[in-house]
Amino acid sequence: MILKINNVTKNFGGVSAIKETSFSVAPKEIFGLIGPNGAGKTTMFNIITGNYEPSSGEVVFRNETLNGLKPHRIVRKGIARTFQNIRLFSSMSVLDNVLIGFDFQARYGFMESILRFPRFIGEEKRIKARSMEILDYFGMSAYAHDKAVDLSYGQQRKVEIARALATNPELLLLDEPAAGMNPSETEELGELIKKARVDFDLTVLLIEHDMKFVNQLCDKVLVLDYGKTIFEGKPADAICDPEVIAAYLGDFHND
Amino acid sequence: MILKRVGFKMQAMKHKDFIIKLSMILGTVWFIWFANGHFDEYTVRILNNIAIFVILAVSYNLINGVTGQFSLEPNGFVAIGAYVTALLLISPDAKSYQYAIADPYPFVMTLQSNFVVALLLSGFLAALLALVLSFPVFRVRGDYLAIVTLGFGFIIKILAINHPEVTNGSLGLNDIPEFSNLYWTGGLAIVAVVVVLNIVNSKFGRAMKAVRDDEDAAIAMGVNTFKAKTLAFCTSAFFEGLGGGLLAALLTSISPDLFDFFFTFQLLIIIVLGGLGSTTGAIIGTVLVMGGSEWMRFLDEPMNLFGYETTAMPGMRMVVFSLVLIFIMLFAREGVMGKRELTDLFKSRKKGGK
Amino acid sequence: MFMQQMVNGFSLGSMYALIAIGYTMVYGVLRLINFAHGDIMMVGGFLGFFGMEVLGLPFVAAVLLAIVGAALLGMASDRVAYRPLREAPKISLLITAIGVSFFLENAFNVFFGGVPRAFPVPAYLEVMVEFFGLMMPMSAVIVPIMTAFLLSVILWILFKTKYGMAIRALAFDVSTVNLMGIDANRVITLVFGMGSALAAVGGIFWAVNYPSVEPMMGVLVGLKAFAAAVVGGIGSVGGAVLGGLIIGFTEVVVIAFFPELGGYKDAFAFIFLILILLFKPTGILGIDFEKSRF
Repeated sequence: MILKINNVTKNFGGVSAIKETSFSVAPKEIFGLIGPNGAGKTTMFNIITGNYEPSSGEVVFRNETLNGLKPHRIVRKGIARTFQNIRLFSSMSVLDNVLIGFDFQARYGFMESILRFPRFIGEEKRIKARSMEILDYFGMSAYAHDKAVDLSYGQQRKVEIARALATNPELLLLDEPAAGMNPSETEELGELIKKARVDFDLTVLLIEHDMKFVNQLCDKVLVLDYGKTIFEGKPADAICDPEVIAAYLGDFHND
Repeated sequence: MILKRVGFKMQAMKHKDFIIKLSMILGTVWFIWFANGHFDEYTVRILNNIAIFVILAVSYNLINGVTGQFSLEPNGFVAIGAYVTALLLISPDAKSYQYAIADPYPFVMTLQSNFVVALLLSGFLAALLALVLSFPVFRVRGDYLAIVTLGFGFIIKILAINHPEVTNGSLGLNDIPEFSNLYWTGGLAIVAVVVVLNIVNSKFGRAMKAVRDDEDAAIAMGVNTFKAKTLAFCTSAFFEGLGGGLLAALLTSISPDLFDFFFTFQLLIIIVLGGLGSTTGAIIGTVLVMGGSEWMRFLDEPMNLFGYETTAMPGMRMVVFSLVLIFIMLFAREGVMGKRELTDLFKSRKKGGK
Repeated sequence: MFMQQMVNGFSLGSMYALIAIGYTMVYGVLRLINFAHGDIMMVGGFLGFFGMEVLGLPFVAAVLLAIVGAALLGMASDRVAYRPLREAPKISLLITAIGVSFFLENAFNVFFGGVPRAFPVPAYLEVMVEFFGLMMPMSAVIVPIMTAFLLSVILWILFKTKYGMAIRALAFDVSTVNLMGIDANRVITLVFGMGSALAAVGGIFWAVNYPSVEPMMGVLVGLKAFAAAVVGGIGSVGGAVLGGLIIGFTEVVVIAFFPELGGYKDAFAFIFLILILLFKPTGILGIDFEKSRF
């Protein structure tokens, strides 16, 4: 198991966003975290990435506990993420956005950059080439010098994933990657993620609302409702599970 | 064959960039030589001021514009640089007769060095203080940098006034040898601009811009945002200290109220007008504001307004300045250059996939 | 002697507290450090001066003029300079605030001159009263009492009225408030009005105590008041009061016992600020809730 969530609870003041939840993600798996709004899915992401400290419980990645580690350190351990509302760097080009992902792997120092030493030139060349490779994989290399936020929504999503992949992760967290996409874009994205899993040697944990997408993509799902696990297993079985159905319908019923 | 041609074209484009930059530097150097020999004293003085303020502006722009951290530090660090340089340059004789409030400490009398060392020490001391301030400020989230740096400026002034054995209190220090000339100020301005641009066009600059655009996303991409902010802040401080030293050796006379809040405010207007985040903009802003400031002196004098004589209104210039700043923030927030540099204007034709 | 200093400290602390409340409330709802707030205090003092010296009003009327005038100015500054920038990057807002602050200082400098003007303190405030065996001017007694009264009014508004609830909700999450059908902009304007009114009272107290007004009088006071708000816990009204009292007391008591440190009086607030940022950035009474930014 590459990722183990051991009995994690997260309280905000008086509210329990996540209650004693445990699950494991196997290497190379595409694992879906689903549930109605407010179920605690994004909170779980934020706990894994280190933005929130769990009130109790442990997050274990590759047999190492992540509790207490600063978020940027966790990235360097091999976990990357994208955001629900695509947070690309607005003032920078597509290429620069991806370069940021590589930057902590660039081996030159401050003075070397000021004086433009050969090591600086060499490393910049190397990471630029690598960035272009990743962009090319997503079919975005022609847009490298365009301002990232000028692109279409679907293109921006690809750039965001490319940027996350630049950090060389083993585990990729995707927060509602298909949000705001039409059916054909969604299917294309699904295929892309499946392909990337193989080509980049990834394990993927994703939050999604689109059940068709989840069905198409995920090997396993975990259904959360009000911070608690109500189902863990295959997506096809999840749709039939009575508790799951109740949880989703409850969204409409309880008013 | 095609690949070779493409490769060669890429090389040519890089060369074009390099040639543009080199010619700008050479042009500036020639201009410095020309101005030094041919312009009158008044103009040279203004050019010296502009050069020093270019150094201050491009470095102030690094923390404020590039990294997006609102700071009010310049007057504090410039003061430190000015005093350090002054103490290191004033001859022991000149020191012995000017301390009027209290006798100078013995170590003050021993402080002596040449111009280069003085300037470097001014820069490094300022940078060190910036590093110390970085810990309480950048370790926490929140917008405390502005208030802390504002307070810092006041503290420096308090220290300068309350330690007459070192600083001669409110009387300030005089008889600083006038080492600054257009070669020093202009030359160091070129150095400052090149250094800042080199930082911006590296992983360090990218990290700073990422912090500005979206700090949380930056963290999520592995950027050590504390390091990025601290680096920007300390680099700014270094050049501000250096600039302070140059200023001291230009004015030959400094005192605590020279480095008041208005000093910082002028720099703020400069970088906002030029374009927050653009180094080229900072240079343009400096020329516009320094020039405009001279021109606006008439606002402080009695004026003939549509045939109606007004009395002298000292401070009117400042009122106009503050209104200009508010106006820019409300209606022209990008300033002259926005976040672009001069080289970006040449590049804009080469856009990719349409 | 000690009691005397305690009372002085309380007096000074109350003045800082009044101004700190305005900072903390605006920061709470807008995450904005309103640099111009200290200058509102100055405007309040000047309006009181103007009311008495030029308009010949009695003291209480002049105070009312100051409060209303300052509140209007505060609300106007929000409407004209800050509201258009609600969606803009934070730094634009901060820069504008500095611009407004600088404008107020220099505008008053141009129109009233930089020389301090003596404030005409009404006789009944200068009367010496006996208080726990000490003789002190009536003003030194009135200040803490008025502050306590105003503080209770503010707390009553915040916790017992619909508008107060809206303010507290706004401080927590802007988008929710809008969804509940409350006009966030109206609430923000109210916050500016309340904070400015308090600052005006602080300005009058200051003017009575020193007793003078000058255009730059809000600069240092404003800085210290903001530090006080941070030390006490930014976003918390009680914190603002606590922070103000701490800094006021420290200034008075330390100088009383170590007069040679007199020149450093203004540095204490800064030192407290650095210390609190190092050890408990949310402030003494600050709550440490992780707001969802993701």
